Amino acid sequence: MTTLDKISTGEYAIIVAVDTELSLKQRLYDIGLVPNTKVKVIHQSPSGNPRAYLVRGAVIALRNCDAQKISVRADKDE
Amino acid sequence: MHRKFRCGLIKMSKNEITVALAGNPNVGKSTVFNALTGLKQHTGNWTGKTVDLAQGKREHKGVVFNFVDIPGTYSLKPHSKEEAVAGEYICFGNSRKVAVVCDATSLERNLYLALQIIETGADTVICVNLLDEARKKGIVVDTNLLEKELGVKIVEMTARDGVGVTELLDSLSEKEKRNPVKIIYNPNIESAIEYIIPVLKKNKIEKINQRWLALRLLENDASANNFLYNNAAFSQGQKNEILKAIASGQNFLKEKGELKELSENIASTLYEKASAINDATTMKRVESNKITKSEKIFTKRFSAYLVMLLMLSAIFYITIAGANYPSQWLSAFFNNCEIRLLQFAGYINMPEVLSGMLISGGFRVLGWVVSVMLPPMAIFFPCFTLLEDWGVLPRVSYVLDNSFRKAQTCGKQALTIAMGCGCNCVGISGARIIDSKRERLIAVLTNTLTVCNGRFPAIITLISVFLVSGCGFVKGLYSAIILALIIILSLALTLLLSNLLSRTLLKGEQSHYILELPPYRKPQISKVIINSVLNRTLIVLFRAVAVAFPAGVVIWLLANMNIYGVNILSLVNNLFEPLGNVMGMDGKALSAFFLGIPANEIVLPIALMSYMGAGEMSNIENISVIGEILVNNGWTNVTAICYIIFSVVHFPCATALFTIFKETKSIKWTALAFVIPTVLGVVLCSLVNLISKI
Repeated sequence: MTTLDKISTGEYAIIVAVDTELSLKQRLYDIGLVPNTKVKVIHQSPSGNPRAYLVRGAVIALRNCDAQKISVRADKDE
Repeated sequence: MHRKFRCGLIKMSKNEITVALAGNPNVGKSTVFNALTGLKQHTGNWTGKTVDLAQGKREHKGVVFNFVDIPGTYSLKPHSKEEAVAGEYICFGNSRKVAVVCDATSLERNLYLALQIIETGADTVICVNLLDEARKKGIVVDTNLLEKELGVKIVEMTARDGVGVTELLDSLSEKEKRNPVKIIYNPNIESAIEYIIPVLKKNKIEKINQRWLALRLLENDASANNFLYNNAAFSQGQKNEILKAIASGQNFLKEKGELKELSENIASTLYEKASAINDATTMKRVESNKITKSEKIFTKRFSAYLVMLLMLSAIFYITIAGANYPSQWLSAFFNNCEIRLLQFAGYINMPEVLSGMLISGGFRVLGWVVSVMLPPMAIFFPCFTLLEDWGVLPRVSYVLDNSFRKAQTCGKQALTIAMGCGCNCVGISGARIIDSKRERLIAVLTNTLTVCNGRFPAIITLISVFLVSGCGFVKGLYSAIILALIIILSLALTLLLSNLLSRTLLKGEQSHYILELPPYRKPQISKVIINSVLNRTLIVLFRAVAVAFPAGVVIWLLANMNIYGVNILSLVNNLFEPLGNVMGMDGKALSAFFLGIPANEIVLPIALMSYMGAGEMSNIENISVIGEILVNNGWTNVTAICYIIFSVVHFPCATALFTIFKETKSIKWTALAFVIPTVLGVVLCSLVNLISKI
């Protein structure tokens, strides 16, 4: 198991748990980052932070410090 | 534009039905709103609450619909005041009718919000929008099956072509009883709900869906609690009974070890349901996950910054070049009006003091402000809205977030800065896009450091008179480089001041940055013009006119009145002389900044008026004449540099201050927005002056 910020660009991961304070947690749930969701790291901004993720059909930018709090398991099937 | 909206929800005329228009961000909700209401819309106060929501009317078959545009949101859990008020209406309002706009290209995430709204028991219609775009992407939505699955009316829409508008209005008028989908949670949650529902039934809470209310009460949801505790309809005994039921439901979940994960489990269940419905109803021919070329631009350092720089330069070029002629026409028009007005004043024997004060003072400044301000704004803001609609701006914010994160703010501030280039007032009210109150205040307080359209002409004039020599292309290139340096300086100062504020006056936790990067979409020209001209340009123009006229009167009086034989304007100038000297300028230049507070456009003209010893401002077209006047009054390169620096870093203009007060509703922050940049500017100019003397 690892965290979302460690997944490299172009790879897939499956959300295991979101360990952030409540307000951020709720917002992450709202955009569809609930456990068992498959996400793809699409690309990163020039500085490498934030990065963009494909979450349930939409591209969402997250800072690495926030992505660090999302536990995932890498999904190498695709 | 801003009139109080009174009928709202409570006082509805007989056949008027209020419909909330909800939906995720970037699903074309405002296009649907425009297609429904056309120009019959306004932004007004929402029945006594201090939030502004756009509302518009549409008559259909004898029924007047009052559509309320709710800010784009992913869920009913509010993140802003507007969302809270809108959510309260959807969840607890009297006659709850909601149209949920969904994006056919990403139905799953849209269904999450739709399911939440259906769950509240509101009378819901789902508009599946952007069907044309979906078709192009090879996505087919089976709306018949979707209607069966959700148990509410579905309307197919392509709002930008007006397809589906009549169908939507028809389905909003129909009274057919439907059977909306019921979402089943895991057994523990279902049991916990059963602790509460009997008590709600017993106390006759029937207007609101009981399952939904029970879930929110279990979650300790703020608006549900508010509904219960601050409701005069319930006696203390009733409240206690319900509270007891909630406590036992929560205890049950605690025993099962599920209370902490309740919200998570509810969200998961809803997403699972949304996902299942999506899989059943949507067919995708090909899964395309490739990153397009245009997407790659904003991921590489070189191309990202180059493209942003080119876009900004292009907008400035179009604005300055395009505004030139209309400004001249307007200026000629107002000159003509002024002559006629003076003739008329002479005809009716108006005292000279009065006609001078009102016409050569007030009216001239008013005409001036309109003619130099209107054309650039009417060009800049449509360009800006075009980029916004196209989907470029979120990407700019994405690229710049890192720099702002280091200043403990967020990338959305970059967008308020970009708006500020057009007009600081728009940048300041645009700061509403920032969720965190602390970061929004920082964006508001620092926006004046962004050089606006009003300051560019004077800065460009001074650059070409003092700082560059040569001619033709070389001169143009040097001027452009210096201008770019000034913009970079203003950006650097903005970041520096933001950082400083974050560490001193506005300490606090850094907010999170969650931003959707919507797909690139072809902007709609007509909508762009309506939005930018109506919402941005005209509002600011009205405010500017409101301050320009009285200011013109005051300036004229100062220039033409004497106390004991001494002209008041020269008294003011003498007063500013010592500070002006320290700052590398003189009293006349410095006082012009203060007298020019109604609009930055009139600062240099006021200074020239003082230098020429004239009693009224005049428009000097010829740059070399301006240079001559300034040099004859002792201006050097250092004077010009200090003037330019203070022009970038000084207090906001009166219109901007007014806007800051409207946004912050606080005299303290408005005062600080005045003092902080002024002090910074005085220090910077004095430093430059000091260094130049060594």
